[in-house]
Amino acid sequence: MTTPVKLLDFITILPVIFLAAWACLLLLVDLWVKHKRVTAYLAALGLAIGLGLLWYQAAWIGNAGFNHMVVLDGFSVFVNALLLLSGLLGIALAYGYLRRMGIERGEFYPLVLFSLSGMMLMAQAADLIVVFLSLEFLSIPLYVLTAFAYPKAASEEAGLKYFLLGAFAGGFVVYGIALVYGAAATTALDGIIAAVAEGRANLSLLVSGAALILVGLGFKVAIVPFHMWTPDAYQGAPSAVTAFMSSAAKLAGFAALVRIFALAFSSLSDDLIPILWGLSALTMLVGNLLAIPQTNIKRMLAYSSIAHAGYILMAFTAFGNPGVAEVSIAAVLFYLAAYTVTNYGAWGVVILLERAGDLGLEIGGYAGLGRKYPALAACMTIFMLSLIGLPPTLGLVGKFYLFRAVIAADLIPLAVIGVLTSLISAWYYLRVVVNMYMRTGDPEISPEPWALTITGLMAILTVLVSLLPGWLFFLASQARLNLF
Amino acid sequence: MPNPWVFIGLFIIIAAIIPIGAIVVALILGPKKPNPIKQSTYECGLETVGDSLVQFKAQYYVFALAFLIFDVEAVFLFPWAIAMNKMPLYVALEGVIFIVILVAGLVYTWRKGALEWV
Amino acid sequence: MLFSEAMSTGFFNLAPLVVLFPGIGLLFNMVFGGRLPEKVVGWVASLAVGAAFVISILLAVSLSAIHGHAEIVSVTEWMSIGSLHLDWAFRVDTLSVAMMLMVSGVGTLIHIYAIGYMHEDVRFKGDPTRFQRFFVFMNLFIAMMMILVSGDNYLMLFVGWEGVGLCSFLLIGFWYDLDILGRPSLENAKAANKAFIANRIGDFGFLIASFLIFTYLGSLQFDLVFAEVEHVAQPVILTITLFMLLGVVGKSAQIPLFVWLPDAMAGPTPVSALIHAATMVTAGVYLVARSAPLYGTVPAAQEIVALIGAVTALFAATIAVAQYDIKRVLAYSTISQLGFMVAAVGMGAYAAGMFHLVMHAFFKALLFLSAGSVILGIERGYHAMSHGKKGHGFHHTDDEVFNPNDMRNMGGLKDRMPVTFWVYLAGTLALAGIPPFAGFWSKDEILLDASLHYPVVYWLLTAAAFMTAFYMGRQVWLVFFGKSRHEAAEKAEESPRIITAPLVILAGLSVLGGVLNLPHFHTLGHWLEYTLGELRISEFSWLMAGQATLIALFAIFLAWLLYGRREQAANEPDALKKLLGPAFVVFEHMYWIDEGYAAVFINRYKDLARFLAEVIDGRFWHDWLHDSVLAAGFGKLARFLADPVDLGLIDGIANGLADLTQWVASRLRRFQNGFVRSYALSVLLGVVLILGYLLFR
Repeated sequence: MTTPVKLLDFITILPVIFLAAWACLLLLVDLWVKHKRVTAYLAALGLAIGLGLLWYQAAWIGNAGFNHMVVLDGFSVFVNALLLLSGLLGIALAYGYLRRMGIERGEFYPLVLFSLSGMMLMAQAADLIVVFLSLEFLSIPLYVLTAFAYPKAASEEAGLKYFLLGAFAGGFVVYGIALVYGAAATTALDGIIAAVAEGRANLSLLVSGAALILVGLGFKVAIVPFHMWTPDAYQGAPSAVTAFMSSAAKLAGFAALVRIFALAFSSLSDDLIPILWGLSALTMLVGNLLAIPQTNIKRMLAYSSIAHAGYILMAFTAFGNPGVAEVSIAAVLFYLAAYTVTNYGAWGVVILLERAGDLGLEIGGYAGLGRKYPALAACMTIFMLSLIGLPPTLGLVGKFYLFRAVIAADLIPLAVIGVLTSLISAWYYLRVVVNMYMRTGDPEISPEPWALTITGLMAILTVLVSLLPGWLFFLASQARLNLF
Repeated sequence: MPNPWVFIGLFIIIAAIIPIGAIVVALILGPKKPNPIKQSTYECGLETVGDSLVQFKAQYYVFALAFLIFDVEAVFLFPWAIAMNKMPLYVALEGVIFIVILVAGLVYTWRKGALEWV
Repeated sequence: MLFSEAMSTGFFNLAPLVVLFPGIGLLFNMVFGGRLPEKVVGWVASLAVGAAFVISILLAVSLSAIHGHAEIVSVTEWMSIGSLHLDWAFRVDTLSVAMMLMVSGVGTLIHIYAIGYMHEDVRFKGDPTRFQRFFVFMNLFIAMMMILVSGDNYLMLFVGWEGVGLCSFLLIGFWYDLDILGRPSLENAKAANKAFIANRIGDFGFLIASFLIFTYLGSLQFDLVFAEVEHVAQPVILTITLFMLLGVVGKSAQIPLFVWLPDAMAGPTPVSALIHAATMVTAGVYLVARSAPLYGTVPAAQEIVALIGAVTALFAATIAVAQYDIKRVLAYSTISQLGFMVAAVGMGAYAAGMFHLVMHAFFKALLFLSAGSVILGIERGYHAMSHGKKGHGFHHTDDEVFNPNDMRNMGGLKDRMPVTFWVYLAGTLALAGIPPFAGFWSKDEILLDASLHYPVVYWLLTAAAFMTAFYMGRQVWLVFFGKSRHEAAEKAEESPRIITAPLVILAGLSVLGGVLNLPHFHTLGHWLEYTLGELRISEFSWLMAGQATLIALFAIFLAWLLYGRREQAANEPDALKKLLGPAFVVFEHMYWIDEGYAAVFINRYKDLARFLAEVIDGRFWHDWLHDSVLAAGFGKLARFLADPVDLGLIDGIANGLADLTQWVASRLRRFQNGFVRSYALSVLLGVVLILGYLLFR
């Protein structure tokens, strides 16, 4: 039944292997590198090569490796490309930030690469064991990164909290996997499908297992009520880490969620719809409501990140309906790409304004930005508009696809909640804009070339791609899920 | 042939009974003449200094981690070494890679100065 | 294209250049004129028109080489809407070429004259920067006039028609901030408005005619229209021609729309000569001639046209008799002479009408330009008088307003301005119809034709001719003979050569122009026959010619009796006034036509406008409907919506929601207490809820 390992098996996860190896090497090389920016450039080089390998690997789309433990399909290539780009953006934002904050340590970059390789493996995982493995693989470097600003207490506290709760949630995933194994006698996704199709599976056990896996992954993507680590971790972590974490981890978490549920558990859809419905409604409500009283921009963006997880989950609620699933998966991928772009831009602005000692993070401190740095304020306005979902930004287009998927699934009340909470979100996003333009103040920015470049680039992308979203949506809708 | 799981169950029970039994027997049979030295925390024969609930130097932790890693490494390497003749090439290479990764970790630890007691 | 080659195939492809050259001139002057000396600006403009004249000659030569066959030069497709297909095409036939020659020829001379005239005029009026603007407008006018006469369809003709109207407006109001005496005022601007509005009424008729032509004859292109005429009912053609007549009376200043032309004398004299004597005002005559196939089918329309022309001729002549302003006399004379032409083309005597048109262009341009020379001479004398020999001053500073146009301030200029006198005399004799001057031949032909076919018209025109000779005689004696009645006239100086040279050329043309169409030869008539078909050409009659000459001579004699025999004193009332009494007053005030129009139309119109503005718009629409009904109602509604509904209900809901949201948020915040155990509890609660749901559903 099991087949021997072949070269093709390695090719299916070539970028993951390469990235992990590169990270190991980088860790060693960094020991003898005096200027940490060299490490940064080497890490970026590794990511670029990873992109190249992804391109090379795309020729083998449609193959599974290691006895169907991992698969290489359009979905994984799309997600992995986004992840690699996201890693590049994260490194670019961190480049000047770390030095300025006095935490320029070479380990940062290998940790990012380790985490990325875990995320990429997660996007390809076709076996629950690999899912768990990659979940831990991506999480542990993130825990370290969160505490990266040691000896700053807030950062260490955040790292520890994230670690403890992550371990706690990881336990639920393992428990869920165990239940699934008990129900279907396999952890392979195709095996689960076969077991359900042949009636061998214990469905009530299976649905409990699925629910627990949902809990674990929901923790990772910050679904209410598993979200409570998010504000603390996001606020405590260095901003560059938060930027990376909020984009990439969310991407990986949703990739796994989509793959597992849309493929293996699609037969459980009817049982899970009310749960997903409730979770997404709760997430949108709580995320948006709690963002309102925040005065710290990082905390506000953390809640915003929770709220956006809710929107994405909303589109995915009706994953069992094959007609809807196709639309909703494309919508989810598109929205993740849009969110990545916007999120990095917003964090870029935060990073530019942050000063050592947690200064410049209050939303009130953004007052006067529109007068002093009109271009930067314009960028921030674009990001805020995009996060609200107003034209002419990617956020609007993304939300449009999301809501289209929800309405196609006939979940009108959920869509109404989504729209209403979007309205609420305007409240706190626009407060930033109001502060920038209508209050007087004297904010200081640190003119870091890479961060400035990324911020500007993301602003341009946010607007431009929203005007021509067709190609991105085409790519997203071509990114099909398969098990082979 | 009974179910192989039975042995595991028996093992768990026996493993629990022996220490519990020893403690219980000592409680019942042992004379009770307490003095400060008897009440003090056992610390490998050394004199105890201060309270037992104190902050330890973090370096202990690092040492412990490094020790643990290589301890576990041995556990992994034994079956690998024994089955060496029967495994395909790539599995042999996997073991080598495993060792190389651990060596890299050791180099990192060393270079970072974590092995120097300060 | 080689010249020799062109000689054989014709120069027709050059036709667009007649428009292009003045266009280039105007663009050049518009862009660079401000930085160039006046001389250059003036000569560039003159050369542009001169070049158009050369092209016209080449076209005429080419045309005679192919025996006058009409040639159509299409430049580009203009519009194609439904069944309306129009090209931007130039029509080169004998009629249009005759007009082109006249426009560009006379135009060139007037441009050259204007170089000298405007040089002084802008200084007397005190704004030398307007010199450039003048020549830009003049070139624009020539370009538009060329489009008018060379267009191959009614729409292109209309473009030119409107274009010259615009130029007329711009040039009448050239000194828009002054009045005719150079005082700050809106008079000139009002005169320009008057001209424009009167012309708009005519344009309205022209437009309706064009619409009707397109509706009933299916095209606007001349050949296609004329080919259709016989298939269309007579009443339709009659309607078309009558509406077109409205355009004619507007543009050619005939009854009842002639009132704008006397006021148009507010423009600088070269403008009066070029636009309001020689060219633009004859556009109406050209239009009738061009539309000959239309008029030819409806005798009723022809009769109306002829009658209007004849009545206008006499009517205007009577007014001219009692005017004091040298240019106003000529203006009424122009109206009168236009009446002759309109009457001629109305009678179907197209050759005679066109002949008179060209001759009139010569001698009337000459008279206006000479009058301009006289005015300049008087102004020079006036400035010499008031400022000594300090050179040209700027604005008049004296309180007493001196009118250099008033013939009562002149007298005895014969000796001080000899060249001007002699050319003026030539023009006068030509206009009065004394043989062998140009006007004699053309006027005689009209009278002859009228006597044969339309007796009423003949008598009207004869009376007008008598008046014409009389008022011209009166003018010459008042201006040039006798004693100077004002110090300025005593000090008047002859104009420079740049002014007198064109005058001499025009005088030559006025004397000899008649050879164009001498009896028995009828050169012009036969030339036009190529275009207008077989023309009715009456044979010369010694009886008629002698009779006309005698009448003219008698009129001049009468003028001598009244004005020449005994010198007019400075403040003495007009000699004719003593003779005619109240009738003179009627003539002098132009029959109170302006006042009549003001009373009947303008004031009623103003009353209506005031009624509409104050009562309908102001009191009803604005005060009542807007303020009371809409604004107040809206205000009440808005206040209702704002106070109880918006502030109370909507804001209550919104603020309530906002408060509720914030309250909920602050409650929720409590859970976020920073303890990992609470967070883990939250996760656990979530798990319990989910599993509980799955268990108990």
